[in-house]
Amino acid sequence: MSVATQTLANRWSGLRAWLARAWQPFRPVPLLGWLAAILIAVIIERAVGTPVARALGMSKVPALFGFIIMLKNPGLVFSALLYVLLIYLLPIALVTRLSVRAANQIAGKLIGYSVTLSSLAHLSVLYAALFLWSGESDYRQLVAKLAMIAIITTLSLNVVNGYMGEFSCSHPGFMALGAYGASVLTVTLFVDDNLLGQALLPPALGPFMFPITLIIGGAVAAVGALVVAIPSFRTRGDYLAIISLAFMFIVKSLFENLEVFGGPRGLANQPNYASLTTIFLWTIACIWVINNFVRSTMGKALNAVRDGEMAADAMTVNTRRTKMTAFLFAAFWAGVAGGLLAHVIRYINPDTFGIRKLAEVLAMVYLGGLNAVAGSIVGAVGFVVMSEALRPLEILKWIMIPVLLILLMIFRPTGLIAFKEFEPEKFLRPKVESNDQASSPPKTAGDRQQG
Amino acid sequence: MALLQVDNMTHYFGGLRAVHNYSLQIEPGELRGLIGPNGAGKTTIFNLITGRYTPTEGEIRLDGTSLIGLKPYEIASLGLGRTFQNLRLWRHMTVLEHVKMAHYSKLSYGLSGAFFSTQKRREQEQDTAEEALRLLKRVGADQHADQVVTNLPYGAQRRVELARALAIEPKVLFLDEPTAGMNPEELRQIMEIIRSIHADFGFAIFLIEHRMRFVMELCEIIQTLDFGEVIAEGTPDEIRNDERVIDAYLGKDIEI
Repeated sequence: MSVATQTLANRWSGLRAWLARAWQPFRPVPLLGWLAAILIAVIIERAVGTPVARALGMSKVPALFGFIIMLKNPGLVFSALLYVLLIYLLPIALVTRLSVRAANQIAGKLIGYSVTLSSLAHLSVLYAALFLWSGESDYRQLVAKLAMIAIITTLSLNVVNGYMGEFSCSHPGFMALGAYGASVLTVTLFVDDNLLGQALLPPALGPFMFPITLIIGGAVAAVGALVVAIPSFRTRGDYLAIISLAFMFIVKSLFENLEVFGGPRGLANQPNYASLTTIFLWTIACIWVINNFVRSTMGKALNAVRDGEMAADAMTVNTRRTKMTAFLFAAFWAGVAGGLLAHVIRYINPDTFGIRKLAEVLAMVYLGGLNAVAGSIVGAVGFVVMSEALRPLEILKWIMIPVLLILLMIFRPTGLIAFKEFEPEKFLRPKVESNDQASSPPKTAGDRQQG
Repeated sequence: MALLQVDNMTHYFGGLRAVHNYSLQIEPGELRGLIGPNGAGKTTIFNLITGRYTPTEGEIRLDGTSLIGLKPYEIASLGLGRTFQNLRLWRHMTVLEHVKMAHYSKLSYGLSGAFFSTQKRREQEQDTAEEALRLLKRVGADQHADQVVTNLPYGAQRRVELARALAIEPKVLFLDEPTAGMNPEELRQIMEIIRSIHADFGFAIFLIEHRMRFVMELCEIIQTLDFGEVIAEGTPDEIRNDERVIDAYLGKDIEI
């Protein structure tokens, strides 16, 4: 028994050492290098992807890195892996290695000029790669859109459940308010609909008004949040969890009984305004604003309230206002995410925003990690891609995902990236080869309790 | 009128009378102590004055402003700083962030600044960071500025808490057992720090303490509390020889 565990441990450390050695050549690659390499890999795929896939015996380009093909037809595992290796891994490895110096120089120049310019440059490369990648098929585009909407939802819930340390269950309710708010506006104003009547404004105006309708949807969600916040923030503890869960069900049954908005049959005919670009811009805006907020002293006040409300009070922090603001702010973004979702799927019904949505959002938050913007991004994208990739397993998927979550809870109870500040400036900086500092950052005291 | 004036304050927890007819006058720059056996109501008095509880009866005034009914954060913003008996530090925050947090009420960049990272916000965050570092240097904890507090030794955590309380620019500083759990070396250091910040900043200090030697050396006037009532008030020498104080601590009619 002990021998077996020892060899396992040996093997594990051997694997880790091997991985570290394999990673060594890529350590000086800056983010810009990675993004450029991904862009080039995607261009290669668009150019020669189909012939390569055919030559390897697949009918078309694997949609999600070969996962779906592997699960659907285990005979093609080898071809799918080879495809991923040829189209993605090899080009990325080659380009990053070859462009190290150039990428570092360009990144250095950009950051030297201004942080804004550098971020914009990085984001445009990222957007170009995403645009080309999702241009391959409608399915990919849908996955990309859902993943970005999931980022907004997860990040906003992390503000409450992570940064503020309360347990809120009402996010699907806020999404529903945002989704219905935005949908009712766009459908009434710009679409001839059986339910909501003739278009009141020329449809050509629609895409320009879309951001405003989203903001109104978010505001409706924030008003809903006020209803939850007023009674539940008088005390601490489990009250918010209970009240917010009740709120979610109230919102759901409200829309089930509102025949003007379609009742349980739902609301359809949303115009096709939520393009990849729109969602990308909203997602970036959301990450930027939320990251600004949680890094400011006003946002840090949330952590102070969570870790010691009495001390926060004594240090002049208006705790009640802090909690209310953050809760309404989170609800606003959930509403925006709901509005975007409604215009991606172009159909919503009250059932979309039920307990299953809640389970999904909570899973994404806790998978990614509490109190970390980067964690939420990773968690949201990881969960959406994972649940799409496992789709061929059908009913087994709903066994696999909980099993993966349980494993995560055992091996990384705080989530993938928890209690870490997300500093974009750090990623934008070039990595100089000589700067070989092996100092690991001080461990955040996530697992050490104060006495 | 005194800087901090408490008149005839009484407080009940349900049927239990925790504090009875308590009065206090603190003049600017004074160094005053509050002692008493366990459960005498010392921390309750701190919590009453700092707004954690509202007294059943009585009046509290800081610089002429009545504190009755104000929220703790409002009282703190008026210039009443405090530390806690059991170090209420925020376990995921760095030392610098702790001290910056105490500048909360002075930040004026508002929500738009917090969301969109305006110029004003960056300037104010920069200024508070510098100010916080200055205070940390003052208590000798600046070398830990970027560390998470839970990784620090106990004595350093105490200093961080002190720096945090200084950051609200108090007129009166309440210290709740500043030496609890300290070893003799740390004790000596904290005593020096308290003396020197008191001399430099010139605010009044009101402290609860269990270590008699510490209080007697540090304070000019000492109040003794027993069962929620002041049983003696005076200079260290007077307190040391007061019959009732000895009784409260050692019990009556002891035979050695």
